[in-house]
Amino acid sequence: MTDSVITEELNALLNVDFPPEVYEIEKGMLRRFAEAIDDPNPRWLKEAPPTFAAALVPRQLLHKLFSADIPLKRLLNGTSELEYLKPIKAGDVISVTAKLTRLRQVAGAQGPTLFMFTEVVYTNQRGETVIKGKNTYIKY
Amino acid sequence: MVYYEDIIESAEISALVKYPTTMQLVKYAGASGDFYQVHYDKDFAVASGLPGVIVHGWLALAFLGQMVTDWLGDGGTLLKLNGSYRGINKVNEDIICNGKITKKYVEDGRNLVRLEIWAENPQGEKTVTGFAVVALPSREKPP
Repeated sequence: MTDSVITEELNALLNVDFPPEVYEIEKGMLRRFAEAIDDPNPRWLKEAPPTFAAALVPRQLLHKLFSADIPLKRLLNGTSELEYLKPIKAGDVISVTAKLTRLRQVAGAQGPTLFMFTEVVYTNQRGETVIKGKNTYIKY
Repeated sequence: MVYYEDIIESAEISALVKYPTTMQLVKYAGASGDFYQVHYDKDFAVASGLPGVIVHGWLALAFLGQMVTDWLGDGGTLLKLNGSYRGINKVNEDIICNGKITKKYVEDGRNLVRLEIWAENPQGEKTVTGFAVVALPSREKPP
């Protein structure tokens, strides 16, 4: 029987809604992101490329998840999923809300592995949901 | 322009090969805000049990996204993008992005196509596996 690495500190974060984090989408931000992913499509100077949501980080939740005092110190990104409802365009103001929806510990070959499941909603200045995201993070 | 009528199930779309350098990973760290040191600090990466600096999973997924949007052109719309990170892409190595059509179907009056997408490292290991769902224009009802 492996001890649980899921502490009260982590459990207390489940389904907690953090205040929205707001990002103003400037043209320069889109250009820098498109350059960083090396995608020369001119469309991305005005509109966000598919994985731009990665730059709209729900800092409060991720900071708490990644700095939680648990014996597993190494971190990996597990899965990312993005559902696109509306485009994000230069000039938009995007509010990001995120929550931890599930914690799951499994016995891995090198010891316990913790999966942390999150859901993120990206909303524009008109109140329209533009992207729904699901991410899994792995500590091992 | 890709039209729904032209889609053949099990056909592959054009592959995309990328070669991320340390400089690109630093640019990506800056643009995304992901400053986890395994993506630019070799000593830190090795001390973490990795073979060296590794590519951000999100960056590999961005390459897969580019492959899909390059194929779509202006007519189609990306509705969903999913990637699971299963292996390591090392810096200064090719990342080979692939996509294959798994299903075409009509739902809520929209012409949808589902693709299996994956990235490989030069050893042929699948490092990212996932799927994309896109909506395509029809020849009868162009965009």
